[in-house]
Amino acid sequence: MSRGMGEGMRRRDRLEMDDPVLRQVIRRELGPDGEPHGAAAASGQVVIRMEDVHLSFDQPVLRGTSLEVHEGETLLVLGESGIGKSTILKLILRLLVPDQGSVTVLGRETRDLSFEEALDMRRKIGMVFQNAALFDSVNVYDNVAYPLRENTDLPEPQIETVVRERLEFVDLDPETVCEKLPDELSGGMKKRVGIARAIATDPQIVLYDEPTAGLDPLTVGTIGDLIQKLQRELGVTSIVVTHDIRAGFRVASRVNLIRDGQIVFDGTPEDMIAEDDAYIQRFLALS
Amino acid sequence: MNGMAGIVAKVDGWIQGTAIGVYQYFTLAGRASRFIVARPFYWRDALRQMDRMGVGTLPILLLTGLFTGMVLALQSSVALQRFGADMYVGSLVGVSMVRELGPVLAALIFAGRVGSGIAAEIGSMRVTEQLDALQSFGTDPIKKLVTPRIIAGVSMLPILTIVTNAVGIFGGLVVTVYAVGISADVYLSGVWSTLAQSGFIFGVFPRDFVVGLAKPLVFGGVIALTGCYYGMAARGGTEGVGLATTRAVVTASILVLVVNYFLTQLLMVLMPARG
Repeated sequence: MSRGMGEGMRRRDRLEMDDPVLRQVIRRELGPDGEPHGAAAASGQVVIRMEDVHLSFDQPVLRGTSLEVHEGETLLVLGESGIGKSTILKLILRLLVPDQGSVTVLGRETRDLSFEEALDMRRKIGMVFQNAALFDSVNVYDNVAYPLRENTDLPEPQIETVVRERLEFVDLDPETVCEKLPDELSGGMKKRVGIARAIATDPQIVLYDEPTAGLDPLTVGTIGDLIQKLQRELGVTSIVVTHDIRAGFRVASRVNLIRDGQIVFDGTPEDMIAEDDAYIQRFLALS
Repeated sequence: MNGMAGIVAKVDGWIQGTAIGVYQYFTLAGRASRFIVARPFYWRDALRQMDRMGVGTLPILLLTGLFTGMVLALQSSVALQRFGADMYVGSLVGVSMVRELGPVLAALIFAGRVGSGIAAEIGSMRVTEQLDALQSFGTDPIKKLVTPRIIAGVSMLPILTIVTNAVGIFGGLVVTVYAVGISADVYLSGVWSTLAQSGFIFGVFPRDFVVGLAKPLVFGGVIALTGCYYGMAARGGTEGVGLATTRAVVTASILVLVVNYFLTQLLMVLMPARG
């Protein structure tokens, strides 16, 4: 299952994953029989494909990254902080273009898209940002209504209905939160509003950038439940980028681990736990 | 030799960075201008910006214009009284305010208040990923944020300049009547006769008045664009936003002064003064 790692590395230095308590904790996150809670197996065609992607800023970030995401699955991208996980999401949204290699989203190579075509493509993708990235000059209602006003011709009464539905979907009371400004919300509420906004227009793909960063354990659980609920009830294809393994394993149907700009593991959460590569073991143990 | 090579490399880097910056500035100007006539139009955003820029800057410009006119009248009356020419205070205040002081002072105040506000707002949006969020919803941030601000800057600064001129001339009137002891009629006829002396555009508008309004039209666009440029280029959290704000104000102020000179030259050719 793992890619790009020498066999020599695999057998070296098994670390803390031998710890039965840690294994138990991760298995609890996975659910019975090692299956992720509520995550459906990948069933459909490939909707996102990255092939041999290279990208450098001041120094190389991605060095031949390749991954595939199938329709309806939830792919978890793990890796250390600052290693290029969020960059992958920005490449998919074509906020960045690779120096080398290709990124294909919904059947279109993003490099070939004109600026307007890229905007069109982004309308089919919802993005939940690390710090929610809510528009701080407008209230919650206008935040969630924004993609609807921008990308649909719905009349305002219908927009209001959709906004209320989406807020209820993420377990927020529209009566309480609609008029609030983002500054008046807690971190968890901001994330939930961010999710409501991302799914407002029923996107085919939802990208999550560190959806649980900076949240307390209870709120992490709530956000995890929401991601599962989205996958289960709306059938969206998702990519979750995080370094929080416990939260990630709850929602993932497949895991990619990124190291030194490459995907070094591709498999199910259960496969990853069973993997005896030293780096993976250390990553799992210390996360 | 290493020291020399280091200096050359630094100068080279600075030149490259400046050239790229100038290119990006004009690219932003070009795209933002193109979007004025491209759908969708963000008229609501433009109107909100007009309100913020126009109404928000009005009080400080009223004060600036009033006291500038008062000081101008006071200083010039002292000098003119020596030659027994204090009845020309109105001429001096009127022509100074309308031709130069009104447009330039209004623009500098506008740069300080509006330019910094734009850079801080867009810079904050940049570092908190709100610009990425806009793009993720298929919105072009230039169309949504930059174009409405340029429209607002171009339309509001001329109006603010008219108000500044009027208040400045009024401030001069107050000082001339109550401190210098010249009648309001003499003062106001001095203002009007000097403005009329430079000729009329379309037979109605005094040339100086039109020239004085052509400038803020350009200044408004330059200030809004500079604020947007530095805001969109902000990097690195709150410190980056602070830096972008400072740079926006400094650059916009310098650009106002430089553009003012060349614009004056151009307008002297396009609309020559009579006589």
